[in-house]
Amino acid sequence: MTVALSTLPGEAAPVAERPVLEVEELVVEYASRSRTTRAVDGVSLAIAPGEIVGLAGESGCGKSTLGNAIMQVLRPPARIASGRVLFHGEDLVRLSGEQLRRHRWRNVSMVFQSAMNALNPVLRVSDQFVDMMRSHERVSKRDAVGRAGELLELVGIDRRRLRAYPHELSGGMRQRVIIAMALALEPELVIMDEPTTALDVVVQREILQQVRELQRARGFAVLFVTHDLSLLLELAHRVAIMYAGEIVEVAPAAALRDDARHPYTAGLLSSFPPLTGPVERLSGIPGSPPDLAAPPSGCRFHPRCPHCVPGDTALHRRQVAERPVLREVAPGHLVACHLVEEGL
Amino acid sequence: MSVLEVRGLSKEFGAGGVLHRARLHAVDDVSFSLRPGRITALAGESGSGKSTVARLIARLYDPTAGKVLFGGHVVGRRRRDALRYRSQVQLIFQDPFGSLNPAKTVRHHLARPLRIHGLASRRDVRARVEELLETVGLVPPAAIADKYPHELSGGQRQRVAIARALAVEPRVVVADEPISMLDVSIRVGILNLMRDLKERGIAFLYVTHDLASARYVADDILVMYAGQVVEQGPVDQVLAGPLHPYTRLLIESVPDGHGGLAPIELRRGAAAAAVDPAPGCRFVDRCPLAIGVCRERTPALVEARPGQAARCHVTAPAPTNREDIHAQPAA
Repeated sequence: MTVALSTLPGEAAPVAERPVLEVEELVVEYASRSRTTRAVDGVSLAIAPGEIVGLAGESGCGKSTLGNAIMQVLRPPARIASGRVLFHGEDLVRLSGEQLRRHRWRNVSMVFQSAMNALNPVLRVSDQFVDMMRSHERVSKRDAVGRAGELLELVGIDRRRLRAYPHELSGGMRQRVIIAMALALEPELVIMDEPTTALDVVVQREILQQVRELQRARGFAVLFVTHDLSLLLELAHRVAIMYAGEIVEVAPAAALRDDARHPYTAGLLSSFPPLTGPVERLSGIPGSPPDLAAPPSGCRFHPRCPHCVPGDTALHRRQVAERPVLREVAPGHLVACHLVEEGL
Repeated sequence: MSVLEVRGLSKEFGAGGVLHRARLHAVDDVSFSLRPGRITALAGESGSGKSTVARLIARLYDPTAGKVLFGGHVVGRRRRDALRYRSQVQLIFQDPFGSLNPAKTVRHHLARPLRIHGLASRRDVRARVEELLETVGLVPPAAIADKYPHELSGGQRQRVAIARALAVEPRVVVADEPISMLDVSIRVGILNLMRDLKERGIAFLYVTHDLASARYVADDILVMYAGQVVEQGPVDQVLAGPLHPYTRLLIESVPDGHGGLAPIELRRGAAAAAVDPAPGCRFVDRCPLAIGVCRERTPALVEARPGQAARCHVTAPAPTNREDIHAQPAA
């Protein structure tokens, strides 16, 4: 399978080749005694080497669950009900605990939403690097500290800060430490789940710029999970939009910005007031995201969709009864919407 | 004519130090006024003092210096004055989950202020509650009124909080980050509601870290950095042509969705309020334009363009300072 990529200004697109990661028809369920909730419901997504893929959606749409499933860090009651997560063709779902331990950090690493609180408060930054590196490879403590220093400098922190305890660093610095750790073993894929959401806009900008530069220099792939679509349009090669456990649209970033085809994507785009140009009244999206324990029938977006007009029409019957599937509308641009299927 | 005016407002907090003498200057000499039917945005990063200003206006804190004038008068300390002020100046908080009582219905939340402030007779309360719910777009009001907070979505809860603020017919509403905890797709609805409500003559102070939403709803903007207002003016004018280098940095940091992540010059530093600040400009260590005088004298807010003022020796020099600035070589 090949993957089409968009080009960022002033940069050649990464060459399409065999994906580093393929998610196939993944279903993740949260089971409780009374009910089962499908947080991820039949998601397929591929990431090429060196590609930045953005995953956008609102709270509760399953985007973080998808990230956790790829990293294989789901905790009960969440479990993968079906589907595969392939890393270079190898199904991670079937790996043993010890195989997974070796796989994480080395092949795929993850920066969590509140990663700045993930550092051990009673260990110096250097010790946390050393522990992580030495659990994966034979390296002397001295070499590990040396490499940790280089990594800190890569993310813009003075290497003398290796001796600091986490509480002596600001939130932005702690987040950068975590990013440096995630890159330490040179993984091919880094999953970043809202890595800058808790940070101020200037710090966020600074970190994103560094991630982008490092990614360009080292060539790892990124799955960047966030609710902030405007940020992804700047950062990502390709963007996937998730709604109620499903991917409803995937497209190169520029195509998504200029030619969004799914009404939910269009609604999200018109939920961000612009910083320049005329101030027009925006509409947002009426209603709120559904409860995944009892998702709407048919197209899950239909209760909020401006194009779903009740009436005795064939289109409306499909919208409320039939789940739309992803179809390619342009090279690399996939949409799951009955309107598109009907050529409207 | 302003309905609420803030003059030279300052708030210091103890910050430890020898003999507990260190002082955190959370808010330092802030002045502005709010006018009926206008939304004023108070923008800044975390720790810049913007929420402290909101709390000072709500009288949750006493100021260290300066005053808050309501209708041209200093608000008295007597209970009756305080009660009247609190009904005229209402607050909306960031967290619509924490600001509603989980054990009480929506109707209770809206009826209570009506009774306390004697704004509706027992007979009229029901009708007034439903009218308020309709005003904030919660329909059908009769059904919503009997719900409990946990039965509502985040956006609906924030609308209840806004309806509660409106119940007492306030002249001023201070909204402290009212959309930052809401889902992206429902934020615009709350912003549109604020735009509609200002048509009723309410003066809004919209506290936010989000410049794009400030531009969308507000008429005027105040930008705070380390406890001080560093720039103020009409929001379109300020965002299209910022005077202060910090305002410029903030604007450049906002993702605009147009691809490329154009690199901007970044110098480390925090917008948080200063402990025992030295004289001089608080932005000086991060400023690409800094000159000698910036480390010596704190710049005053100077109106460098009609309606637009900034605290910057370089881009908004005070008339008396102009000569010695030109005499100094750039540092």
